[in-house]
Amino acid sequence: MTKRFSPGQLVLLVVTGALAVVWLAPLAWAVATSLKPEADTNKIPLQWVGSEVTLDAYRLVLGTGGIVKWAINSTVTAVVVTVMTVLFSAMAAYGFARTQFRGRRVLLAVILAGIMVPPQVLIAPLFAEMVALGLVDTWWGIILPQVAAPVIVYILYKFFQGVPPELEQAAFVDGAGRWRVFFTIVLPLSRPVLAAVSIFTFITTWNNFLWPFLVSTDPNTMTLPVGLANVVQGTFGVRYAQIMASVVLAGLPLLIIFVFFQRQIVRGVAHTGLAGE
Amino acid sequence: MTTTVEAPAGAAPVAKTGAGRRWTQHGLLFVAPFLVVYVAFLVWPLLLGLRMSLTSVNIAGSNAGFVGLANYAEAFGDPRMWRSLWNTVLSTVPLVVLGLVFALLVHNLRFMRWLWRLSFFAPFLLPSAVVSLLWLQMIYQPGFGLLNGTFGTDILWLGDPDLAMWSVVMTTVWWTVGFNFLLYLAALQSIPEHLYEAAAIDGASAWDKLRSITLPMLRRTTGLVVVLQLLASLKVFDQIYLMTGGGPENSTRPIIEYAYDIGFTGYRVGYASAVSYILFILIVAVSLVQLRLFRKREESLR
Repeated sequence: MTKRFSPGQLVLLVVTGALAVVWLAPLAWAVATSLKPEADTNKIPLQWVGSEVTLDAYRLVLGTGGIVKWAINSTVTAVVVTVMTVLFSAMAAYGFARTQFRGRRVLLAVILAGIMVPPQVLIAPLFAEMVALGLVDTWWGIILPQVAAPVIVYILYKFFQGVPPELEQAAFVDGAGRWRVFFTIVLPLSRPVLAAVSIFTFITTWNNFLWPFLVSTDPNTMTLPVGLANVVQGTFGVRYAQIMASVVLAGLPLLIIFVFFQRQIVRGVAHTGLAGE
Repeated sequence: MTTTVEAPAGAAPVAKTGAGRRWTQHGLLFVAPFLVVYVAFLVWPLLLGLRMSLTSVNIAGSNAGFVGLANYAEAFGDPRMWRSLWNTVLSTVPLVVLGLVFALLVHNLRFMRWLWRLSFFAPFLLPSAVVSLLWLQMIYQPGFGLLNGTFGTDILWLGDPDLAMWSVVMTTVWWTVGFNFLLYLAALQSIPEHLYEAAAIDGASAWDKLRSITLPMLRRTTGLVVVLQLLASLKVFDQIYLMTGGGPENSTRPIIEYAYDIGFTGYRVGYASAVSYILFILIVAVSLVQLRLFRKREESLR
């Protein structure tokens, strides 16, 4: 270990600390505003603390019910998307990595090519398709298109290729079939990568805006981001404390998840980056 | 592969190496669920969109006359499309440079790394609607917004056509730089320590080390970050739609906003599809560059 407290370290600490303060200031400002009485939110000059610290804004926002409903919609859709995506992708990835069937290489190429398709290009035809299927303003309308994520197949395919075949051979010799081997040996073995992929899918889905925004026009099926964007400004007018309370409530879940899963998320980001998305 | 033997379900393969070949029907079953969703919600709409882009279809589905490449010709001749494309690429530079700077700082600092990592990465975890509302209502607000309030200025951050794009870029940088920061941080950690030790013995200064070890070792990561960032920038929509709606005077309109506006507000789905396909082709081009970079990277790791 070199000396820990050098003048160089001190300079770095000051610079990094200052940047971190700048980076956290907008978040702190949102929290500070949400804790003020409404009358103190638009004072000039700025005051970080209002005449009193109050949870009124949170009480009012939660009392109207919208945000709770949207949070439920977001949670349900994000969980279902994550479970379906990871299960279907893992099965497909394993099929491509470890089994042989006619057309395997062509299908794999078609799916990998899909990585390049930006979801935004699909919105108009996808919307037309949803109208035809009667899935507008339903949970399935929000969920299904988000499950078709070829990048997850690619990441898992790469991972399964690296799993030593010897681990499976013993089970085959004992008479286990492909499905048993997949569910009892391969999946448990892949827990770290599955965790990373799951968290990543969950974050992406939870934060997704454009597609849920198009497909849900009914406040009862809106997800949290859509509900916030669509209704908050209209409903709360210029009640800044309530708007910021909604912002804090909507932003909090993922920050909490991050604190708990920091390592997996960091690894997941690095991994998708390395895999080239 | 064509002479596959049907194996009864649950039977153990006889030869070790033949394990894969005996399970042909299972292979397809593994792939089937994903394939169904993939074809229904990616391949099919992609083809549908291509057909739409060659017609004059509107959002109600009527007037679907075939117009050939007219939509494409119109898009290429439309200065608004080029402007929106330029807006899209503009934010790449600050995002890459700041990501690197933050990573260098945090990597070299020995205290409380988790805190710095959290500080710079946290905004990336927020939904776009949250970020947009926060900046629109409480940061850029004339008068009591955090920026004007703190510096005693009265700037119309989002209302001034010359400034609005930079304001949107500033928000995007704040929101998304954490991703590039993490990629750089991971890359920095994989540079072998002995390179720096050898340089230290040769009496190299911190600047020398940065210039002749760190930056060259990060070259591939930088290539990757630039391409990923370009791809992300091409896909920017949410924060701009929510904060400025593309205005004032089209100064902040990104290409997807443009397509959305034409299609869902202007009701010209055919033309919007053509714009989307131009975007798609651009993204394929950038992705191919990225693929080449990635292949080089893999080779270098061997």
